[in-house]
Amino acid sequence: MADPILEVQDIHCGYDGVPVIHGISLEVTPGELVAIVGANGAGKTTTMKTIAGLMHPFSGSIHFEGRDISRMKAHETIRLGVSYVPEGRRLFSKLTIQENLELGAFTKNDRREIGQSLEQVFELFPKLYDRRTQVAETMSGGEQQMVAIARGLMSSPRLLLLDELSLGLMPSLVEKVMEAVISINRTGVTVLLVEQMVQEALEIADRGYVIQTGKIVQQGTARELLDSPEVRKAYMGM
Amino acid sequence: MATFLQVAFDGLLNGLLYALVAAGLSLIWGVMDVINFAHGEFLMIAMYFSYWLGFIWKIDPIISSVAGGAFVFIVGALTYRLVIRRTIGKSAMSALLATFGLSMLIKNICLNRFSPNFRLLQDTLLGGKTFNLAGIIIPVPQLVIGLVALALLFVVYRLVKKTRLGWAIQATAMDKEAAELMGINTERIYLLVFGLGGACVGIAGGLLPSYLAVHPEVGALFSLIAFVCVAMGGFGSIPGALLASLLIGLVEAFAGFYIAPVFKYVAVFGLYLVVVMVRPRGLFGW
Ligand SMILES: Nc1ncnc2c1ncn2[C@@H]1O[C@H](COP(=O)(O)OP(=O)(O)OP(=O)(O)O)[C@@H](O)[C@H]1O
Ligand SMILES: [Mg+2]
Repeated sequence: MADPILEVQDIHCGYDGVPVIHGISLEVTPGELVAIVGANGAGKTTTMKTIAGLMHPFSGSIHFEGRDISRMKAHETIRLGVSYVPEGRRLFSKLTIQENLELGAFTKNDRREIGQSLEQVFELFPKLYDRRTQVAETMSGGEQQMVAIARGLMSSPRLLLLDELSLGLMPSLVEKVMEAVISINRTGVTVLLVEQMVQEALEIADRGYVIQTGKIVQQGTARELLDSPEVRKAYMGM
Repeated sequence: MATFLQVAFDGLLNGLLYALVAAGLSLIWGVMDVINFAHGEFLMIAMYFSYWLGFIWKIDPIISSVAGGAFVFIVGALTYRLVIRRTIGKSAMSALLATFGLSMLIKNICLNRFSPNFRLLQDTLLGGKTFNLAGIIIPVPQLVIGLVALALLFVVYRLVKKTRLGWAIQATAMDKEAAELMGINTERIYLLVFGLGGACVGIAGGLLPSYLAVHPEVGALFSLIAFVCVAMGGFGSIPGALLASLLIGLVEAFAGFYIAPVFKYVAVFGLYLVVVMVRPRGLFGW
């Protein structure tokens, strides 16, 4: 197997000194699409925030492309190629789509490069091109999610972290968004995805991790997890 | 009629000065939710800075204002680093009390070093000059400050609305964590915003000593009026602060002239009370 692009080793982290993640380890190899699934409050977002650098582990380490990023801040990790699309979209509500996207490319200084990234995301989401002068807060939930993904791509990341894309979307839109994730992954971007919609996530993923109260309780290929009776019973109501 | 126009014009010029002071306060509030109580003292620092440069080395306030802008930019940035940064994420009260303490400190240092005397620069390029425009007497120093204020407000407004750095400032104001995720170093944005807020009053303060006397209490009134302008205009809105400042300048001038000079602040704060009662979020508040 190739060297992992992301290697999380036994991290413990939490809020105000109270741990909510109790020793999580995971690995993602270049080009993979990996899903982390689990119930509300399992610690999925906390894990993602810690990888992105919005918070730091109490112990354990995180390596990206062989480099220790455990102590780096979010505005530093994105310069290395880690982009996090946060839970709840978190668009800059009073700014236009175009301005939101430009901020996604804040790490780039070359106008031409920014133009190319814009073209790429407009190709992925043609609808956004027509809406580029619209203020973010006036868009529908589905459109906002597309902007959030597009904004996350503007820095041309090598690792894209996607948190709960399905939140608040109707099933047909969830499918569309998942398709977009597949096509992003096909362009060579490694994807680590967090979802409560376990089935939908595992259907597009190569591998998956199941997390429960801050620990990984199961892992394997997406197929294995989809077929696992425990997973089916706990998360798919079957 | 001529008197009426004269009073109105004087009021508007004063209003522009208030707008420049208020713009810095508004910018800091809009981005960081911090009310800088020491804002007026920043103005005073620039006034003393300009006064002493003029008194000792005969440097004209026009030049001192540029140096004053740079100097108070640094004062603002240092204030952020040493004081404000420690209060971020704590209750809004802690930043308020911290800057209140800072204002006391600066005022008393000036009182101790420079005495309570009123100091006015003599023989400046602009000082005392006036010209007559269709019957209205226009004081040159005030006019220059007014024009500088307008130009600076325009520059700051454009910077915030139309440049990438400005979007980064707005993004930091709207969602700090999301801004970090874009690669924006929000610490540096805060530092810059505090510096910019300082630079606005620094430039204004640098120009002032050619017609307004410096003394250790001069900042307090400006702090208060700037706060009223910002609250009346709608916190964080630069156009709102401009409009409110012009209104306050006018009310102050008319009340001072047609009623009685001692009455002008009664009118100003009366107007403030009325506006915030009718529109609690200010004229341009969201
Ligand atoms: N800002 C915070 N301060 C304190 N505790 C928090 C904070 N955010 C999350 N927690 C706690 O940490 C635990 C894990 O939360 P986390 O948001 O990581 O879960 P999640 O798996 O993403 O859940 P969801 O599916 O609801 O998004 C929860 O018990 C939660 O209450
Ligand atoms: Mg979550």
